[in-house]
Amino acid sequence: MAQSRLPHVRRVSQIFFLLLFFALLILTTMRPGSSGSSEIHMRGPVRMFFILDPLVAITSALATHALYRGLIRSLIILVPTLFLGRFFCGWICPMGTLQHLAGSLKSEAKRGKQRVESNRYKRWQTVKYVVLLAGLVASAFGSMVIGTLDPFSLLVRSVGVALLPAVNFGARAVLLPLEHSHVHVIKTFGTYANTALQRTVLDLRQAHFNQALVLALLFIGILWASMRITRFWCRSICPLGALLGAVSRWSILGLHKDGSSCDKCNRCLLDCQGGDEPIGGVPWRKSECLMCMNCVGSCPHESLEFRFFRNEPEIASPDLGRRRTVTGLAAGVAAVPLLRANTGLAKSRHERLLRPPGSVEETDFLSRCIRCGECMKVCPNNSLQPTLTEAGLEGLWTPTLVPKTGYCEPSCVLCSEVCPTGAIWQITPKEKGWVAGGETQKSQPIRLGTAFYDRGRCLPWALATECIVCEEWCPVSPKAIYVEEAQVIDSSGAAKILKQPRVDPSRCVGCGACEYACPLQDRPAVYVTSIGESRSPSSQILLKRS
Amino acid sequence: MPDTPKPDTAAEPDSLSRREAMLQILRVGGVAAAATGAGFWLNSRSTRPVPSSAEQVRKDHRIPSASDWPGLAIAQFPAENHSAEQGEPRTLVQKVIESLGGMSRFVRAQDVVVIKPNIAWDRTPEQAANTNPELVAEVVRQCRDAGAKRVIVTDVSCNEARRCFHRSGIEAAARSAGAEIILPDPDMFRDIDLGGVMLKTWPVFIPFLEADKIINMPIAKHHGLCGVTLGMKNWYGILGGQRSRLHQQIHQSLVDLAGFMLPTLTIMDCYRILLRNGPTGGDLEDVALKKTVVAGTDPVALDAYVAKAYWNLDPEHLPYLQLAANRGLGTVQFEQLAVKMSQLS
Repeated sequence: MAQSRLPHVRRVSQIFFLLLFFALLILTTMRPGSSGSSEIHMRGPVRMFFILDPLVAITSALATHALYRGLIRSLIILVPTLFLGRFFCGWICPMGTLQHLAGSLKSEAKRGKQRVESNRYKRWQTVKYVVLLAGLVASAFGSMVIGTLDPFSLLVRSVGVALLPAVNFGARAVLLPLEHSHVHVIKTFGTYANTALQRTVLDLRQAHFNQALVLALLFIGILWASMRITRFWCRSICPLGALLGAVSRWSILGLHKDGSSCDKCNRCLLDCQGGDEPIGGVPWRKSECLMCMNCVGSCPHESLEFRFFRNEPEIASPDLGRRRTVTGLAAGVAAVPLLRANTGLAKSRHERLLRPPGSVEETDFLSRCIRCGECMKVCPNNSLQPTLTEAGLEGLWTPTLVPKTGYCEPSCVLCSEVCPTGAIWQITPKEKGWVAGGETQKSQPIRLGTAFYDRGRCLPWALATECIVCEEWCPVSPKAIYVEEAQVIDSSGAAKILKQPRVDPSRCVGCGACEYACPLQDRPAVYVTSIGESRSPSSQILLKRS
Repeated sequence: MPDTPKPDTAAEPDSLSRREAMLQILRVGGVAAAATGAGFWLNSRSTRPVPSSAEQVRKDHRIPSASDWPGLAIAQFPAENHSAEQGEPRTLVQKVIESLGGMSRFVRAQDVVVIKPNIAWDRTPEQAANTNPELVAEVVRQCRDAGAKRVIVTDVSCNEARRCFHRSGIEAAARSAGAEIILPDPDMFRDIDLGGVMLKTWPVFIPFLEADKIINMPIAKHHGLCGVTLGMKNWYGILGGQRSRLHQQIHQSLVDLAGFMLPTLTIMDCYRILLRNGPTGGDLEDVALKKTVVAGTDPVALDAYVAKAYWNLDPEHLPYLQLAANRGLGTVQFEQLAVKMSQLS
């Protein structure tokens, strides 16, 4: 096959992986099987893109000195990149494909000469290497902040947590009037459309996320920028692209330029994705090339070709310069001490920072969590929300359980099954205290915190009114909420016997079901704080658990 | 834009032709008239928003009482020192329905039947927080055999619904028996005037409003606030909205619900009952195997019987029973009904 045909093959590959990515993202939800076991587990390789991601693997290995479940498979991308260069960016990466699509939209502001100019190598393309260096150093010091900028993390967080819920909302807004229509045909159509969509892409219950608008606007901003500047994100910020660019230094595949036949017509620059100087007369920049092969196809003189073992002038490694290298290293070195000298981690931890079940101890958590939002996407109760300041600046967009929006189901372990890095370590329902079937053996269940009563708001405590919905919902057995009958006087002076609820801290697992069910929805009279969470030896109430 | 030849400015008159002027007046006038009309119309529409009035759709699903059949049918296997066996719940429910005159007494051809088991919690059948799936499946099958057009199994769960429907085993069992499973879609509720003493306007899940026949299939469980949760408490599961408020006046709320939902038949699952830590349970030690199914057309007598039989609670301990009897929903004196007891072996 002539190399000029390769861009077509590349497009097929890009579309395939983009669709695969969205399919896996949509499958990242609870779908109980129709038969067989009553256990509910994650089905399908929804973590696939993350475990293939060498940036996640390398940074988390630097931070934790180990490779979590499946991350070894990132070698599938890393090793071929060593030999072939950044083919991943041009052929596979769904974030790259979206950038590519946005950049291909016709625009008055970017045609002909402007387009050629914008696709020439720019000095700011080295920013991504500075970002990568800082991220690598920070992860070596134990902070995974770089995960925020990982392209899959960015995509899942933006699409899964912000855009898909918005699509869900819009689709429901359209379908609902149809479903409630008085015209039979329309009603039938609406019902079927709704049922079909609910079985595939829509959720039964509309999910809501804090900061969804911010996440969406950032993502849309990146796509908008890439309409102006080809692959703005890939060229300037993406730390995964930088990593793959850096490791392709010794790759054996490269761009052969036949300098004698090149008449500098600039056609190769029109569609160049990487900004890697495919044109004759200047050295090719290996670390910037995304192997999209557009230049090969667009050269009218067939002067360009990808060849193995060529011996030509090229700029193999990133043109970073000493000053920028030092900047990156210094930023990484300074980031962790600066972030952690703040309050928040060791002292005055936010009392409402409830981590998902299976989460490792907070310091370790921050050295693992890449803020991808997979856990938030999968949570069937919409309990997990991205933090703003609860986990400190370092913990921005890490997951926290918000019982008011949803409690943690004692049998559910989906978040621990999708977490790519083990910030939420994979656990079994049994570890959460779930005893199904004939099992009787019990161990100390994972606890997320402890519930407390606000006796100034609780109906039986403060308002002389019967309630104890919290006790009804408490899912542990024996119940962690117990009641005591007490005589209260109502406003008319009459004596009343009421059941007043209390918490047994040795039984409470901090799931938040009581807080979720409390009739005082604006500020529940029972609420969970993180004290007593089993992951943290320093955050305990009781001297000894029974 | 291609260059067009400049029009000869000298030949251009200073003002529009009469025809063009008329057209322009018509256009402007039309827009002005439309804007004015729309303004007055919208102005006249401005009324203070009030909640839309609730519908009154109370339906009586009961069948005429017949003296040839017992008021209460009980079937049981010996449970002491026995373990649960597959097929037993099915035999039990077949027996009680047969004692009551067969399903054809309750369900007619072309009926839309809604079966309301308890599917409130993320619990397995062994944990006895939801109705036994085998029981539900058999009732579905009998309704189909009686010629029902649609047999719907649904509930408004407390825990996440898909999880409850799956884990309870009811979704799979009922579907394979030929039922339609409807999950509680939050948009499928209508504001209904329940006409109760405490309960006025509440969102009710639509399938319960569109049924011809309704079969209540509760499970007998311990409950922290009332002592027990039986048949009438199962009607919590027709409501949406902030139903946790019902606990504030639980007895009156139960009666209001029972006064709104008048079922064709009640079949109480006492195959396993939850003795402690109800209504959620979770520990198998809270569960007692009773291998019993109780059915009848009098919801009050049914609750009174089961409360007495398994918790030794007299109607005095359960104020809602007397309130319901006063309302004419049934009798607390179950002993006075014809009781058909079948001991199976």
